[in-house]
Parts: sequence; C-alpha cells; structure tokens
Amino acid sequence: MNSLIVNDLSMTYRTGDTTIHALENISFSMKAGDFLVIVGPSGCGKTTLLNILAGFLVPTGGQVILNGEHIDRPGADRGVVFQRGALFPWLNVYENAEFGLRMRKVPKKERIEKTMEYLNLVGLSEFARTPVYNLSGGMQQRVALVRCLVNDPAILLMDEPLGALDALTREKMQSFILKIWQETGKMVLFITHSVEEAIYLASDLIVMSSRPGKVIKQYNLSFAQDDTGKSIRAVKSSPEFISIREEIMGIIWSMEEEALQGLAS
Amino acid sequence: MILTVKKHLKGFFRIRKKNATRPKKTIKFGDPTTIGKGRVYSILSIITLLTLWFFVSEIKLVPPLFLPSPLKVLGKFIEISTEGYRGHTLAGHVFISMYRILAGFFLGCLAGIPVGISMGLSRIVRGAMDPIIELYRPVPPLAFIPLIIVWMGIGDQGKVFLLFLAVFSIMVINARSGVRSVTIEKIHAAYSLGANRWQVLYHVILVNALPEIFTGMRVAMGVAWGTLVAAEMVAATSGIGWMVLNSARFLRTDIVIMGIIVMGIIGYMFDLLIRSIEKKVIPWKGKT
Repeated sequence: MNSLIVNDLSMTYRTGDTTIHALENISFSMKAGDFLVIVGPSGCGKTTLLNILAGFLVPTGGQVILNGEHIDRPGADRGVVFQRGALFPWLNVYENAEFGLRMRKVPKKERIEKTMEYLNLVGLSEFARTPVYNLSGGMQQRVALVRCLVNDPAILLMDEPLGALDALTREKMQSFILKIWQETGKMVLFITHSVEEAIYLASDLIVMSSRPGKVIKQYNLSFAQDDTGKSIRAVKSSPEFISIREEIMGIIWSMEEEALQGLAS
Repeated sequence: MILTVKKHLKGFFRIRKKNATRPKKTIKFGDPTTIGKGRVYSILSIITLLTLWFFVSEIKLVPPLFLPSPLKVLGKFIEISTEGYRGHTLAGHVFISMYRILAGFFLGCLAGIPVGISMGLSRIVRGAMDPIIELYRPVPPLAFIPLIIVWMGIGDQGKVFLLFLAVFSIMVINARSGVRSVTIEKIHAAYSLGANRWQVLYHVILVNALPEIFTGMRVAMGVAWGTLVAAEMVAATSGIGWMVLNSARFLRTDIVIMGIIVMGIIGYMFDLLIRSIEKKVIPWKGKT
C-alpha cells in the first residue's frame, strides 16, 4: 500500500540580513487513492514544499517518508508535472512519453506497449509522431502526465499543472485528471492557487498561509467522488460547493488583510 | 518542360495566386510577416550592379587598372580555371584553401565544443579556461602570424593553427552558453523520470545546446573565411587567399576581383550548407 508521510517539515533560508521562513512545521500524511490539494496565496511556499517532496530541495527540518523510505533525492517513484516548459521539444509525443522507460532501460517491446497504452488512455495515440511544440497547451500537459504515468510512480506531484491554460481547457483538464486518478488509483498531490479548482478536485484539501508557510486548515471533501453523472458546472454551482468556496476565500482574504495591517503598523 | 520551369519559378519567387484566400491586412508597413524575401529585387540589384560595373569600365570612367571590366574578370576566371595561376589551377587553389579551412574548422570544433561544454558544467574548468580564452579572443589573427612562423614554420600547420584559434574561441563561447541555456524544469523532469547524471548530460543538456552550437558553427565558418586571407599571408605559395594577395602585388586587379567573388560565392555556399543541415538536425530550434 502506498503512503506518504510528511513530518514537521521546515524550510528557512537567508537572503542578506533577512531570514525567510518559507515553511514551518508542515505535517500531513497520504494513503493510496488520496487526492490531496494544497491551496494558498502566491508566496506561501507551495512550490518549495513540492520541490522538497520531489527531492530537488533539502528541508532545513523534518522529513518526508514515501512507502517507508526517506526521501533525499529525485526518483522515478515520484512523477512530477510542471506548470510548463518541461517537455523536450527535440522529441515527439511518443518519445517524450517513453523517456522515463528508456532511461531506466526497460526492454523496447515493453516500452512500446506501456507508452501506447497510456497515450490511448489520454487520447493522444494518433499524435504519437507529432512534435510536442505543435500541440496545444492542454495536450502538452497530457503528454507531461503520461510521461510520469508510464513509470508507474507511487505518487504524482503536480505543480500548478493547469495554471497556464485558458479557463475552458482548464475545466476540461480538471475532469480529465480526475478520470486518470480514478482509473489508476494513484496518490496525487496537487498544488494550485485556484480555490475553485482545489475544492473540485480534492479528496483532502490543505489551506496554507504565506510567510511563514503553515497549514491553516484541512478539509475532507468528496465533490470529485460524487461527480457521477453531474456536470462540472453543476457541481461547481451547487450551494455546498459555493459555501465551502466562500469559507476558504474568507480565510485567505483575512490572511491578506492581516499581512497588510502588519505592513501598515 | 515549360510547366516544370513555371513550377520552379513559383517556388523561387513565391508567385501569388490571384484568388488567394489569405486575410487581407490593412496595415502592411511595420508588419514583418508581410515583407517576404524579395527575391525579385535581389536579382534586379545584382543585374544592376553588373550593368553599372560593365558600363563604368567600358567607357573608361575609371582606369582599367583600378576597375577591369566584368568580361575581363570572367576571362581571367576561365583562364585560371584551365591554365592555372603560379603552379595551380583555380580549382587547385580553392581545394588547398578548403583543406586548410576545413582542417582548422574541424579541429576547432573538436576541441572547442567539449571545452565549452565543460566550462558550462564545471566551475573549475570555467575558472581555469576563461582568462585564457578571453585574453586571446580579442586579438586579431594577423597579430599571431609572426609568432606562428617562428613556432611552426611556413608549412600548412601554421595556417591551420591560425584558423583553429579563430574557430576554437567561437565554439567554446557558443557551446558554453548552449549548455547554460537549459531550463531547470527540464533537468528536474529528467531526474525525476529516472535519468542518471550521464543520461541528463547526454539526453538533455547536450541536445538542448545543439542550436547554439550550430549558430557557433555558422559564425565560425564565416570568420574562418575571413581569417583565411590572413592565414595565407604566412609565407604561402598557394590557396585562393594567397592568389588574391600575390596578384595584388603585381597590380592584377582582374585576378583580385575574380578571387574575391569566388571566395564570396564559396563562403555563401558553406553558409547555405550549414543552414540546411541545421534545418534537418534541429527542426525544433526556437521552440520550447
């Protein structure tokens, strides 16, 4: 059973004379099938947190344990989807998707099978030979997702993966990511600054504050699971959805106002 | 027959169909996409230049010693192509120069690209190599000639070495900046997909540096032709650059002009060649 434990994580760094507490005492845990969304204002250390989980940064305190193993470097057990610009323009769709398997020296026959299976799943199999720079933003992000999935990672780490897309494509991709999540049963850790996106996708939701980046509030949600039959707009305009959205927006706004008052005094 | 010619002309001049369905733009001035290549004007300007040259020299507006007629230059071209100039035909001189350029270019790339890449990757290599390259790079190649004669004599090695120096620094600088142009997302993505550091170097950093390396090769090839004339001043007895310098000593301006035109055309051909290779090897240039 996959599990992720984040234990008392802190990240402090200095620029000149000022000390910045990017993260302070962050703790949470995830089990197989969880879709954890972290939402918060810009500068709240969401990306720093994801970079630590991915193994790109070493925290100044605390630890991350994935399936019983301490994380201190990047690895194929964690698939990372970036906001943009992380596909390799010199490779076509198939070659991008296959990259991880090729690096890990998986036999060619198995590579083709797996890659095509996942390209089918995201509806891109007919674009296998297309250069990635000829794809739309939404399609590029699907390639980025497949590229991680073929590695069969324990967890998907997604850093604002839909942030660069237009509103309509963004909603289509939200349903799409849910579908992939339900079909593969992967743990997903999803970072966004869109409250609406966060509530719609999350099975667990964490609201973070900025400087120091702390966990302010946690929710257990199930809008995604109840999605059966209902359209995305119907879910997002339901009274329950709106009341939670306003509650979280209120929390974030009051933090902003506190910060402004702090500056004024 | 006529049809195929027409087809080629269409490709060359981009003759527009009358009922083209392109959207009509109201603003053309300042919009770079409306300009096109203007190949008709290229041909017109070359014809005008040749005609002007022809008449200026025919009516002896300028003494033939300064500006021989294009026909005389063409005659020299045929004469030297068949009978040769001081021991070699034109093709022979071109071949010798080409050998020197390609040898210098090849060695310069062979050494410059790995050095540039290592400078992009390692603080130690960058620190150690940077002052050496930055100190010799601004010095014009001519300044090295006396030293090169003393060191390497008057054989081909000296000339190749001078060309090597010119190519080397350009390739180092371009390879280094190519390596450093990679985005951190691509590096992070490769590592978290399971690549080790050698795989990241080969499959991400090096491929990503190719466009800038190719740009360096184009620039270096141009500079190599420029340096060739200087290189062939190193006590040469052959080569197209030497032919021009030697004939100038005897005031044979017809040969000088012929040599310059030949060098120009060959240099242009090389540029086209590298550009077409570039198109094939890195179609993704400029895309992210």
